[in-house]
Amino acid sequence: MNQHQLQEEKWDLIIEPQSSIFNLNLKAVWRYRDLLLLLVKRDFVAFYKQTVLGPLWFFIQPFFTTLVFTFIFGNLAGLAPNDIPAPLFYIAGITAWNYFADCLTKTSSVFRDNASIFGKVYFPRLIMPLSIVTSNLVRFAVQMSLMLIMMGYYYFFQGSNFHITWAILLFPVLTLLMALLGLGLGLIITAMTTKYRDLAFLITFGVQLLMYGTTVIYPLSKIPEKYRYIIELNPMTNIIEGFRYAFLGIGEFTLHGFLYTVTVTAIFLVLGVVIFNKTEKSFVDTV
Amino acid sequence: MSKIAIIVENLSKIYRLGEIGTGTISHDLQRWWTMKVRGNEDPFLKIGEANDRANKGTSNIVYSLKDINFEIEQGDAVGIIGRNGAGKSTLLKLLSRVTSPTTGKIKVKGRVASLLEVGTGFHPELTGRENIYLNGAILGMRKKEISRKLDEIIDFSGVERYVDTPVKRYSSGMYVRLAFAVAAHLESEILIVDEVLAVGDAEFQKKCLGKMGEVSKGEGRTILFVSHNMAAVKTLCQKGIVLEHGGTKFIGNSTEAVSYYLKGDSETQNKKTFGAAYNKDEFALNCISLNNAHQTNDDPLTENSEIELLTEITIKDNEPERYHITYHLYNEMGEPMFSFSNYGLQVLKQGLNKLTCIFPASFFQSGSYYLSLYVVQDKRKAIFTEKDIMSFTIVDGGRGLGEYMGREPGNIRPMFKWKIDNI
Repeated sequence: MNQHQLQEEKWDLIIEPQSSIFNLNLKAVWRYRDLLLLLVKRDFVAFYKQTVLGPLWFFIQPFFTTLVFTFIFGNLAGLAPNDIPAPLFYIAGITAWNYFADCLTKTSSVFRDNASIFGKVYFPRLIMPLSIVTSNLVRFAVQMSLMLIMMGYYYFFQGSNFHITWAILLFPVLTLLMALLGLGLGLIITAMTTKYRDLAFLITFGVQLLMYGTTVIYPLSKIPEKYRYIIELNPMTNIIEGFRYAFLGIGEFTLHGFLYTVTVTAIFLVLGVVIFNKTEKSFVDTV
Repeated sequence: MSKIAIIVENLSKIYRLGEIGTGTISHDLQRWWTMKVRGNEDPFLKIGEANDRANKGTSNIVYSLKDINFEIEQGDAVGIIGRNGAGKSTLLKLLSRVTSPTTGKIKVKGRVASLLEVGTGFHPELTGRENIYLNGAILGMRKKEISRKLDEIIDFSGVERYVDTPVKRYSSGMYVRLAFAVAAHLESEILIVDEVLAVGDAEFQKKCLGKMGEVSKGEGRTILFVSHNMAAVKTLCQKGIVLEHGGTKFIGNSTEAVSYYLKGDSETQNKKTFGAAYNKDEFALNCISLNNAHQTNDDPLTENSEIELLTEITIKDNEPERYHITYHLYNEMGEPMFSFSNYGLQVLKQGLNKLTCIFPASFFQSGSYYLSLYVVQDKRKAIFTEKDIMSFTIVDGGRGLGEYMGREPGNIRPMFKWKIDNI
């Protein structure tokens, strides 16, 4: 009896139908950290293999988007603020928005995209979305450098009037917020799409529409007072405003807005991780 | 007393048949209502039934596994056998944590590495070396561990020359070799393997089996091995578990398990008796059966023994020499193999004829075959035709460790006469 009990305690692994929803298995995630790095490397290498321009492609997309946005929204529609060059205004918005949007869309299809791997091997599923967020970070860094180059160009050659503010110290926090907000929302969506595919359609145009509900193409100051609260409810608005304020010294960055975004991000993240963990156990049967 | 490595307790897994997505929300709600709100059992579990794909059930929920219990001791190599749909893959999926059980528990001691497929996560654009790292990490190895074993892995795979080439340029054989090499070097106490022997050429299969034998016997690791290859199960494993319709039918040593499985499979198939519908004006077909020479038709037909095909037919016509029978033989794919007939070889008599056709030993390859019967009048007119009147399965006989375990190409493997002239 005693010996039996002794054996009972030594199991390394017990596979059961359900475990507590807060058993997030973060220890296992840490143990697989090498896999995360290798996945990031895979994404990066596979992205530009067999292309002529290679990593340059990371620049091309935001560069041309900026050009088009400057022309359409800046020149034709006159939405850009007058005190700084429109291209700088747009590249800042696009760089930040792209990172969030990439994290969100790629995470939101993680179960479907990796169904064949998940169906054959066990590893902590959270590794996959984390690797997506991390490899997008590499991309984000490259696009940041494009933004810095443009800033340098306008500062030294055009003598433009913008200034970097103290908020730049918050830059790592803002980046983390974008990543975690995209991750949290993406996790919720991917967990739900394993059963109800409808959401997969929603996400593709939803993200695009959401961009117009964020201050990417216009400054917050141009919104009529009546509708402002709608835009401010969007947690990404505060991040992008903060981002522009840090690098260009424009935009409305407030403490309460910032705290609001932190709270919303934390809620989505916790919710996302819990739902994701619950789904990962049996999604293979329904996907 | 040896230590237990795995205990499976009352393990069940249900699947929902049919299209998922229709009615799931209402089912989900109903389930949530009875289980969480009212505290009752899962309503859908009650109507579940044994998984038998041949019978159309009344419910669209089936048990893929139902109340499985077994223990596996440390260092055992256990073969899991069963027909398609018996629940083998589900069991492996549960053991490797790809999906979770509906009820029951599995307790495991030690690290589990599962190989449900070789080369999971290989990226075609990455080189062989990069894929070794990636695949190794997916299977649960640390980077250090892989670096330490890199040379060994490359050496085992035998693709040194191509190791810095993207794997999309590999032949499928090279791809599999590399993938298995990574898996074979996993450091885990428990290894779960699903049918990996179905791939690769003879030389590499030999290597894989050798490696697996080494792993279980030499290093004392526990192996769970699912295969349809009875020869491999018999040589590699000491123990066998036979699954049928989601339940364990037999647990014991591997040789007994294999013969239990094969018997269960062939009992009803190797003899077919025909009733009134086959009683015609000119003749009556009584029975068709197959057996190994000197054995009954309860024993599985094996590759390496003579096989007798017995046809019992009663000729009623008083000119019996006008009749003969012809068989057409088809393989599993329904492709015609050849036809054979007693015409010109044996003349039928009036009354009951017990007509035996003898196939030489080592003629058929393992596999399933289908016979169509023609009863021919006056050498040209088929007065009776029935397609697939009889089917039979040939299994491979025992082989020695180190012999090729796979299947040779084609359906027949005749032993021709060979001559040798030494100069």
